[in-house]
Order: sequence, then structure tokens, then C-alpha cells
Amino acid sequence: MAFEKDFNLDVTELRLGLPGTSEESEKQASTTLRISNKRAMPDMNEDSSVAADKKCDQETAPPTKAQVVGWPPIRSYRKNSLQTKKTEAETCGMYVKVSMDGAPYLRKIDLKMYKGYPELLKALEEMFKFKVGKYSEREGYNGSEFVPTYEDKDGDLMLVGDVPWEMFINSCKRLRIMKGSEARGLGCVV
Amino acid sequence: MHKKTAFSFPDEVLEHVFSFIQSDKDRNSVSMVCKSWYEIERWCRRKVFVGNCYAVSPRMVIKRFPEIRSIELKGKPHFADFNLVPDGWGGYVFPWIVEMAGAVPWLEEIKLKRMVVTDESLELIAKSFKNFKALVLSSCEGFSTDGLAAIAASCKNLKELDLRDCDVDDLSGHLLSHFPDTYTSLVSLNISCLGSDEVSFSTLERLVCRCTNLRTLRLNRAVPLDKIANILRRAPQLVDFGTGTYAADLRPDSYSDLAGAFSSCKELRSLSGFWDVVPDYLPAIYPVCSKLTSLNLSYATIQSPELIKLVSHCPNLQRLLVLDYIEDSGLEVLASSCKNLQELRVFPSDPFGVEPNVSLTEQGLVAVSSGCPKLQSVLYFCRRMSNEALVTVAKNCPNFTRFRLCIIEPRTADYQTLEPLDVGFGAIVQYCKDLQRLSLSGLLTDRVFEYIGTYAKKLEMLSVAFAGDSDLGLHHVLSGCESLRKLEIRDCPFGDKALLANAAKLETMRSLWMSSCAVSFRACKLLGQKMPRLNVEVIDERGPPDSRPESCPVDKLYIYRTVAGSRFDMPPFVWTMEDDPSLQLS
Repeated sequence: MAFEKDFNLDVTELRLGLPGTSEESEKQASTTLRISNKRAMPDMNEDSSVAADKKCDQETAPPTKAQVVGWPPIRSYRKNSLQTKKTEAETCGMYVKVSMDGAPYLRKIDLKMYKGYPELLKALEEMFKFKVGKYSEREGYNGSEFVPTYEDKDGDLMLVGDVPWEMFINSCKRLRIMKGSEARGLGCVV
Repeated sequence: MHKKTAFSFPDEVLEHVFSFIQSDKDRNSVSMVCKSWYEIERWCRRKVFVGNCYAVSPRMVIKRFPEIRSIELKGKPHFADFNLVPDGWGGYVFPWIVEMAGAVPWLEEIKLKRMVVTDESLELIAKSFKNFKALVLSSCEGFSTDGLAAIAASCKNLKELDLRDCDVDDLSGHLLSHFPDTYTSLVSLNISCLGSDEVSFSTLERLVCRCTNLRTLRLNRAVPLDKIANILRRAPQLVDFGTGTYAADLRPDSYSDLAGAFSSCKELRSLSGFWDVVPDYLPAIYPVCSKLTSLNLSYATIQSPELIKLVSHCPNLQRLLVLDYIEDSGLEVLASSCKNLQELRVFPSDPFGVEPNVSLTEQGLVAVSSGCPKLQSVLYFCRRMSNEALVTVAKNCPNFTRFRLCIIEPRTADYQTLEPLDVGFGAIVQYCKDLQRLSLSGLLTDRVFEYIGTYAKKLEMLSVAFAGDSDLGLHHVLSGCESLRKLEIRDCPFGDKALLANAAKLETMRSLWMSSCAVSFRACKLLGQKMPRLNVEVIDERGPPDSRPESCPVDKLYIYRTVAGSRFDMPPFVWTMEDDPSLQLS
């Protein structure tokens, strides 16, 4: 950049010592530099949190992003007033309708009651007396004519299990257990 | 022998003339004309504003202005709002109250922002100032309802008690019951930040009834909706009203009661509160909407359709605070309905969510910029932005004085081109020639700072986070922004060079905050040694900075100009870099 050339910050730099002495003292200091974990260089923090993410168990939902202190810049009383609202929602439960193809009536379950997909699927299996197949990302549910699906916020029909659990319960509007040939289209391999 | 010239008016005449000069800047200019004007002015100055309580000592202020009636003080750095300043940092008001209690017994008004106020301070205020009229505490902490009770009980002439966003220790309040039965002078009461403490409604109603000059009343969340109607009926002269919880079981009689109460308030121009809103009760405020100039819905968790309906009823709105539930569609309606809009603040409803929960994008901002020609002040939280949008906004709104954009994810690029947002913000500073305050976000290189240094000549306050590539960025700002008073930076790769090269600039500013940057302890020491009129304070919770190599970056740095020398009330995690006259460079 043109600016950099025009500009010689070293000349104007305030420093102790006679003009002409180089940055020897700095070099000496750097060899004895101790890198503390708490050093607040932003890039280093980001790298370490990314590494931590990768170590996480693939089965469970990826951890929510390490929250940066004071970001986004919102006053605590605002955060608190939003959070109180959220906990109220939590105590009220997150009920969604569950339908199963061929069943005479629907059921309702509280998604908040379950910690993850395995528990949810087990509860559905018990409720409707069926068994889902084995889930894999590539093939969906393998080994059963029943496939658990859900309708998300955008109204799209999605396969249960693809997205992290937290994201799922926040976007799931209703559940539908599909059966038979219709289910095959969604990646059910019988 | 002194020769009287034609310009030598008697002091009383000059004093009378000066009494029409209210602005601090003008008063300061007047005092610099000549020695006699300095003298006359200082004896008749009634209001003092101290932007940094550590820039000057209370004794100095009172010595120069012995007849003040009003003082305004600011304490902690702005980033304290976002928990970047550890507890115990400072900003104590008590020493000021002690000095003034003795020397300025006729003090009437105290306004404090980001200061630590204790019950002891409040009790001292209540005891010392017989004609005390106004207490405005903004983002303050350290006191309880006991201290406030002392004010209520003792200050017979109190007109204003305004607690804005304070952190108050709620000790079973009954604050209002401490106002004597004979007390009637209340004009403005803001208790919106008091916790879920029970308010005695009968006490409140009686207070409102007997204070016939009441113009501003902002209640706290604890006041339920069914109590509002009674209060409004007793104070139809209200201009500014803040509800408590705006939720109740929907009953036709309580709804019509409320609507009737609102319609009796012909002077109402500003509404706020609206916690836990039940949408069905919102139309109760429609009777007053056409005259509303200010509406704060930033706690109202209602969705876009309700917000749209509400906003369409308020053609005279000048100021709107709202959550991003309003969405782009709502902002488009705002743009077409509210042609007098001057200030808009859009807050995030789900600031920590990874996925956007609402459809609020740069489009909403563009729409408002296009439809509202008087728009001057914007605070906008969103999840995506483009240079194109920013350029459009800049061209639409050359009159911006405050522009604060927060793209929630740090370092987010232009979503269309994946480029940095340098050009977009560059357009803002180029077109908005009167811009006084700017907050940046998104992916930004040194280039944006080049634009800012080149064009933002009226900029007084700049907030920077996760931006820039090198010291050159900081250098552009410090060397180019002639009007800069406050600069706050976090998580940027700015180090020693630009800071040291622009040391003199720092004396022309109120303060500089840098946290999680790359300024070494060595540079801090140098700066402290070279610049005796600056306090260079290192904040580091890892322990003393000299327990690490000199080249190690400090955690947080706060530099401010002062005539009071180093402060005495520093906590263990703050070190001041002492000036050392023996180390002057040749």
C-alpha cells in the first residue's frame, strides 16, 4: 500500500536509549517469553476454541460457540430480560404434535423432556409401538419401514437426526412418523 | 492606574449577559477571553459537566466554581456496560459528595453515569443539600433502596428521581412510602430498573394524586397491568409514561378500563416498559399513538404483525426502540408510516443464537434510510450486511450524527461479495459529514481506518472491535480524526507503534480504551513516563505486569488526560504508569 511506504513510524517512535540502538532488547525479551494461556490475542483464542470443538464427540451436538466476553455489546439488563422470557418458555414446555401414518389420532410430546435423539426416538417407539432403523448420515434410517420426520420453521419436511439436538428442538414444529413407500424417498433403506 | 475602556462593563452586567450562555463549550470560551472574564464567569457558573471523574479533583472544581447548583459526572469507561471492566475498578462518587457537602450546600442537581454510588453517599446527599431537586443515576451501582429512601424522606423540594438502568439492591423497597404525605413536588420519577420488588399500589396512587406536576412516570416490571388504569386516571397530565408488566388475563372490562385511561392522557408523548406483552392489550394504547413521539418496545417480545399494526398508528414517531422481531417487513412499514423518525434502535432478541431466529437483515436498515429523511441516529443489530447496502444507507442519510452497526458474528464479510466492509463504512464517513459517533463491526481491514481518518473530521467517538490488520489502522484514526474525544478498541491487532507515535494526540482526547490488543507493557511504561498529563492505567487480572516480560501485551489499557495526577483508589488489578521527569528524552 502506498501509505506504508510514505510512512516511517520507526523514526517517530519514542524509545529509551540512544538513537541508532536496534531492537536487541526486544529480541532478548522474546527468547524468554512465556506464553500464558490467558494471553488475550484474539487469533490464538479462536484457534484454541476450534481445536476444542474438534475434540468433541461427533454423536453429541457440537458445543455452542465459545461466548466472547462482552460480545455482542448488549447491556446485562437487556440480556436478563430476554433470558427470563426464555426460561418461562422452558418451564412451559415445548409441545409438538406427533402423527404416524395410518394412526387414527395424533399425540403430543414435550421436546424439552428429552436430552437427545436416542431418548426421543425411544419414546416415540414406545408411544406408537414401532421401531426405527439405524441412523446414518449418509443413508438415513436403515432397516425399518418407519422413518421419523419433522416439519421445520420453514414448513419443510426434514429427517429427524440430521441437525444438532438444540437446533432441532428450536426449529421443530411437528413430528411425523412416515411409513412405507413414501418413507423411502427420504433415505430409508429397507 | 487602570484606564477604563469602553469595553469595561460593570461585573453585574457581564454576569447577566453570561447567564444566557448555557453551553459548557461557550462558557469555557468565555472564561478564556481575559482574566476578569474568567473571574466573573467562574463565580456565576451554575452547571459543571465532568466527562471523566478522574480528570480533575472535586476540590479543584469547587475551588474554581464555588456557586454551582448542578454537577454531572461520568465514571467508568463505556465498555464497562459490556462487562469488560472488572468490578472494583473505581468511579466512586463519595469523595465528590463529601467535598460538595461542605463547600456547596446549595447544590440542587446531581447527575451521574457509570459511577459507584453507595447508600452512604445517598444519605449524605439527603442530609447536606437543603434545596436538593434532582438526582439522575444512569448505569450506576452500589446502592440499595435504603439509600433512595433517605433521599425520598429528606428532600422536600425533590423534583426528579431518575434511575436509568441502575443495578439497585432491592431491600423490600417501600421506597415510595418514604415520601412524606406533605410532599408534592415530584415532576419526574423513573424506577423502571428496580427489581421485582413489590410496590405498594395505594402508596403509588396517593403519591401520583398529590403530585400534580408529575410529567414523567416510569414504573418497574412489578407493577401489573390492572393497576395502570388507576394511575393514569390520577395523572392525565403525564407526558412520559413507562408501564410495568403489560400482561394480564384478557377481560373485556379491564381492557376498556385501560383504553379509557390512556385516552384521558392528552399530553402523553412517550411510552416505554411493555414487559411480557400480551398482544391483545396493545390496542389500548391506540388512542395516544397519533401524538406519540417516542416509543420504547425493546422489552416487548411481540412479533412482527403486532409491531406493524402498532407502528402504523404512530405517524409522529421520532424515536423508536424495538427488538428485531420487527423484521425487515416491519421496518418497511415503519419507513412508510413514520416520516419524522430521527432515532432508531433495533436490538437482538436472540443475541447468542447461532442461527438467525428472525428475518431481519440489511434490507430493513436500507428501507428506513430510504423512507425516513430525518433519520439521524441508528443502533442496529443484525446478522448480515453488504457494502452495497451501507453505501445506499450513507447516500440516503447524509445527516447521520450517530451510526452504530453491530453485525453479531465478529469479522463477518459482505455476504454478497465476501469482501471486507471497508467500502461500506467508508461511504458512511464520506457522506455523513456531521457524524459524531460511529461503531464498526464485520470484517474490516486497515483500509476502513484510512477512510475514517480521511473523512470523519467531526467524529468524536469511535468504537472498534475485531477489526484492522496492523498499527497503520490505529495510526490513521489517531492522526486523522481531528475531533476525536473517545476511542474504544477491543480485540484488534494494534500495538505499540501507532500509540507511541501519536502520544500527543491522547492529550487532546478524553480517553482511550484498548483491550485484548497488542500493546506491550514496555510501551505503556514509556507512555506513562513521557506524558505526565495522561494517566496510563494497565488493567490486568493475571497479576502485576512486571511479572511478565516487558514485550508481553497488557490485557487492558485505559488512558485518559487529567490534571489531577494518578488516582488513589485503584484496586489491586490496576497499575498506573508513573511519569518520571528524569527520563525525558533529549
